[in-house]
Amino acid sequence: MDNVAAIGQRPAHEEPHEQPGFLRRYIFSLDHKVIGIQYAVTGLLFLLFGFTLMMIMRYQLAYPMTPVPLVGNLLSPANAAGGVLLPEFYNQLGAMHGTVMIFLGVVPLAIGGFGNYLIPLQIGASDMAFPKLNLMSYWVYVAGGLVMVATFFVPGGSAQSGWTSYPPLSVIASAGQTWWLIGMVLLITSSLLGSINFIVTIVQLRAPGLTWMRLPFLVWAQLGASFLLLLAFPPLEAAGVLQLMDRVAGTSFFLPSGLVVSNRLMTTMTGTAADGLASGGGNPLLWQHLFWFLAHPEVYVLILPAMGIVGEIVANNARRPLWGYRHMVYSVGFLSFMSMVVWAHHMYITGMGTTLAAFFQTTTMIISIPSIVILTSLLMTLWGASIRFTVPMLFALAFMPMFGIGGLTGLPLGLAPSDIHLHDTYYVIGHFHYVVAPGTIFALFAGVYYWFPKVTGRRMNDVLGHVHFWGSFICMNVIFMPMFIQGLGGMNRRLYDGGAMYLHNAELLKWNVVIGIAAWTLGLFQVPFIVNFFTSIRWGRPADRNPWEATTLEWAAPSPPGHGNFDTTPAVYRGPYEYSVPGARRDFSPQSEQEPA
Amino acid sequence: MNFPGLPQQASAHAPQIDFVLGLEHWSMVVLFVAFFAYFAFVLVRFRQGAHPRADYHGMRSRWSLYVVAAIAISEAVLLAAFELPEWNDRINNLPSPEEATVVRVVAEQFAWNIHYPGPDGVFGRTDVNLVAADNPIGLDRSDPAGKDDITAINQLTVPVNHPVLIHLTSKDVIHSFTLYEMRVKQDAIPGTDSPVWFVPTITTEQMRQRLGKSDFEYEIACSQLCGLGHYRMRGFLNVVSDEEYRSYLAQEAQSLRR
Amino acid sequence: MQIPYTVETRPDTGLYNAKLGIWLFLASEVMLFAGLFSSYILLRTGSVAWPRHMLPVGLATLNTAILIASSMTMVMAWAALRMNNWARHRVFLGLTVLLGLVFLGIKLTEYREHIAAGELPSRDTFFAIYYTLTAVHALHIVGGLIVMLYFLGPGSRLWAQRPEQFTNRIESIGLYWHFVDFMWIFIFPLLYLL
Ligand code: HEA
Ligand code: HEA
Ligand code: CUA
Ligand SMILES: [Cu+2]
Repeated sequence: MDNVAAIGQRPAHEEPHEQPGFLRRYIFSLDHKVIGIQYAVTGLLFLLFGFTLMMIMRYQLAYPMTPVPLVGNLLSPANAAGGVLLPEFYNQLGAMHGTVMIFLGVVPLAIGGFGNYLIPLQIGASDMAFPKLNLMSYWVYVAGGLVMVATFFVPGGSAQSGWTSYPPLSVIASAGQTWWLIGMVLLITSSLLGSINFIVTIVQLRAPGLTWMRLPFLVWAQLGASFLLLLAFPPLEAAGVLQLMDRVAGTSFFLPSGLVVSNRLMTTMTGTAADGLASGGGNPLLWQHLFWFLAHPEVYVLILPAMGIVGEIVANNARRPLWGYRHMVYSVGFLSFMSMVVWAHHMYITGMGTTLAAFFQTTTMIISIPSIVILTSLLMTLWGASIRFTVPMLFALAFMPMFGIGGLTGLPLGLAPSDIHLHDTYYVIGHFHYVVAPGTIFALFAGVYYWFPKVTGRRMNDVLGHVHFWGSFICMNVIFMPMFIQGLGGMNRRLYDGGAMYLHNAELLKWNVVIGIAAWTLGLFQVPFIVNFFTSIRWGRPADRNPWEATTLEWAAPSPPGHGNFDTTPAVYRGPYEYSVPGARRDFSPQSEQEPA
Repeated sequence: MNFPGLPQQASAHAPQIDFVLGLEHWSMVVLFVAFFAYFAFVLVRFRQGAHPRADYHGMRSRWSLYVVAAIAISEAVLLAAFELPEWNDRINNLPSPEEATVVRVVAEQFAWNIHYPGPDGVFGRTDVNLVAADNPIGLDRSDPAGKDDITAINQLTVPVNHPVLIHLTSKDVIHSFTLYEMRVKQDAIPGTDSPVWFVPTITTEQMRQRLGKSDFEYEIACSQLCGLGHYRMRGFLNVVSDEEYRSYLAQEAQSLRR
Repeated sequence: MQIPYTVETRPDTGLYNAKLGIWLFLASEVMLFAGLFSSYILLRTGSVAWPRHMLPVGLATLNTAILIASSMTMVMAWAALRMNNWARHRVFLGLTVLLGLVFLGIKLTEYREHIAAGELPSRDTFFAIYYTLTAVHALHIVGGLIVMLYFLGPGSRLWAQRPEQFTNRIESIGLYWHFVDFMWIFIFPLLYLL
């Protein structure tokens, strides 16, 4: 296997003579830091893209059947007649918003970006274990992303059966769905390559003295997330192959016998019905099982790195060790394991029998426990702290109640009888956006502000940071809190007209306008961030190695770290968060410093 | 106990569902008041200005254990005492066909086809090969049991205070049969017959009076994305008195004979 | 700085990087095939009638034997390296490739016969899962063959420079090859016999 190929074989004396060209240095670099930055920037751009799709959708929801200002005229008549979105196009935007945000935005930024950049630094390694594999995984991701975006331009438009792509709808959908599946297979391949690399790096390349219980919490979180990617993605790959077969080879893995679409009986789809055999024998629920077997662990892939980032930042700005570090680590392990056995809590309403429902309700309640342990540990860390309200800390602090709201609202969904009322309403949308948007996205923002000085050698602007934080914090809540009201009142998700068709939604429609305005305002409040991001690279206040007075290993490397990361291979003498150690000279004791007694 | 913002209750089991929803959400409210009280206290008390030197050991009591244990125990109680029995009731305690109004509902893009067995109480044979625009469920009228069957589109009429047992399926893609006031939601899956049941307790007319809205209808909503017309896949549930139901059936039977 | 543990094992984990990598990769492969096998089980248990004895058991038995043989030649190819016997290694690795090709050839004739008989994947769920499982498996064989050909060709130069690393690579591809054979041991009875 080529993935076994390791590089860095070049004899050391050759290196100074070699001047890698622009391409080798910035585009096809094997350096984990460059690849990490590539991942992060691409991920941020996709986040912005996914958000843009949503801002267009929210216009249709707030003011149904009216032309979308600004962008409406840019859309082709096949998508928007006279600037008014067509229902097909609304569904495309929805499916692609979900796909882009999760698979092209958050995962690449949280794992590909933060993981790639920080894991080797935090464990005191000079690079990832398999740099070539790393490079490959990034470019396969880019390919997958391009395929996904390109689907907007194939006849019939992109995938429009939701990010969940339930058959039979997805099987009879237009060609965009085929490309969506191909894009997914590419993204899965990329994630698999990446996760193997991460796990091997963490297991094998830890610096001397960096024992398991001295690993930064972020590294643990990334390790857990990598295992989830490694083991949960392949069944979706299998499902993707089966759905591709259904779409292109005329099989019916997911099509039961006797489907009648538009009053026409569906015979085998490739037209080989000559032998009189009708389509069928398949099972639509098979897809749902395979899909959620991935997609539930996937949501923990989204949250684990976020928790890791928040852990680092909270410890640093509270100036004291993470409270209950060990329990947090065990929780990550338990969470990762349990997340493999809760998938069918997305499927109660398919008509699940009592035994299965009892099993999945119980596992779902159990899986909330490690999250609660992690969150309470973060909260307890603040007790007796000396809290610095830096910009990253503001985002990290906001993460806690936001994740709390999102997590707790998962419980009524996890209990089948209450899920009867809440399933597929805006309550679900509210639940998971609280965890992914003001939850994960805030953690990612926190991480950007926190590690920016390490990556660029410069700090980001604090004033713009505060504007960005307060604006985003308020808008996010104004967007997602009303969704619980709408959901409890019985407003369904994925409705092109925002539920205006139904009488029982009449009282709830006004919230669509409120949410819309808050969403566009949220968009405006990202401008200070983008400006801050790009101007600070050039003009930000210079930062030294350890601007936050932090303890973990990455702060022992230069800012930005050079090729090979550390001046000398660091040795580790203590746990990751030794802040305010009684009797110590300063209020932080870096892992790599031998305490001057 | 009810949590504000839920739709009207109009079925026998709706109060039970609302009870658990209430329990869950009121506990959440309590948790959050506690959460924010703690959060606010900590952020003020332990800000750098007020507490310049952090305490290495921090919280020494076992509060976090108590909190986690309390949440875990309440989850367990909720699950064992309410949720599991209730789900069992929904899934296993189906009314017998004798006592219930039995109806087939066949979903399609983007309508709800209603199929009553007619006076003989037996559903006629259906065959996918017979499906046509004027026979959306493919009912075989030459089958003796099928001669008297009554069909309707998007109008489901049932008598009040009797159990309704619906055999739900779909012709094409997955839909989800939803009656919010009845607290009913069940996916309609092609190739599968999913039973759903409820006991309506308030007629449409009574609900209109209660709400003072003359245009009130119980709506059948589709909750599963089923294509471009998903948003407009709306039907109506007419809950009527026994006499009205009998006259509805008689009238439909009449129009069949013509 | 060099990346450590590409050749030697890390003392506390007892692994070199590539070996851990290949094991992780195989773990994910197990999940891939598990997904396909459980689809097979679900479709079969949910079907009204499941066609049986539609496939040529004789040919498949022959193929099973061929794959098992190729696993053995693979081990020999690796063992030869451990004994520093380059010529022997080349012979056995070449034999492994050959056996793999024969396997694919037989597979292709099997496909051809089915297609000629009109037994396409669209015929029924049995043929659908038959083609999918065997094709995914055959793709794994193709992938393995490509890597082996690489080690027979341009990749073999590594032996002269860093024999231990080359041996490790052969060990890794060997592990992969055994896994692919192992999956066939499941596929064969599932599709052909049961
Ligand atoms: C990052 C993403 C993420 C996370 C972390 C979670 C976490 C959880 N989710 Fe969520 N979920 C999604 C993303 C996520 N989910 C998505 C994307 C969907 C929709 C998919 C779709 O249909 O499109 C979904 C849907 C979804 C459903 C299906 C709903 C339906 O379709 O009907 C269910 C049902 O069980 C569920 C449950 C849960 C549970 C029990 C948790 C638990 O893990 C939560 C545990 C956390 C807590 C319990 C909170 C923490 C503790 C406290 C706040 C304690 C308070 C402390 C003190 C007072 C000191 N989720
Ligand atoms: C990680 C996942 C994720 C994230 C972050 C979001 C973020 C947001 N989502 Fe979405 N959403 C989903 C995943 C996600 N969503 C999924 C899976 C669905 C279901 C789809 C389906 O039905 O199939 C969904 C559906 C969904 C709906 C329901 C549509 C429907 O049912 O019809 C709505 C409605 O308002 C919505 C809104 C939003 C909003 C307003 C945000 C905002 O929070 C967005 C905030 C974004 C930002 C703040 C961007 C920040 C980035 C930058 C500023 C870039 C800077 C760039 C550089 C520096 C280079 N989302
Ligand atoms: Cu039918 Cu949605
Ligand atoms: Cu889930």
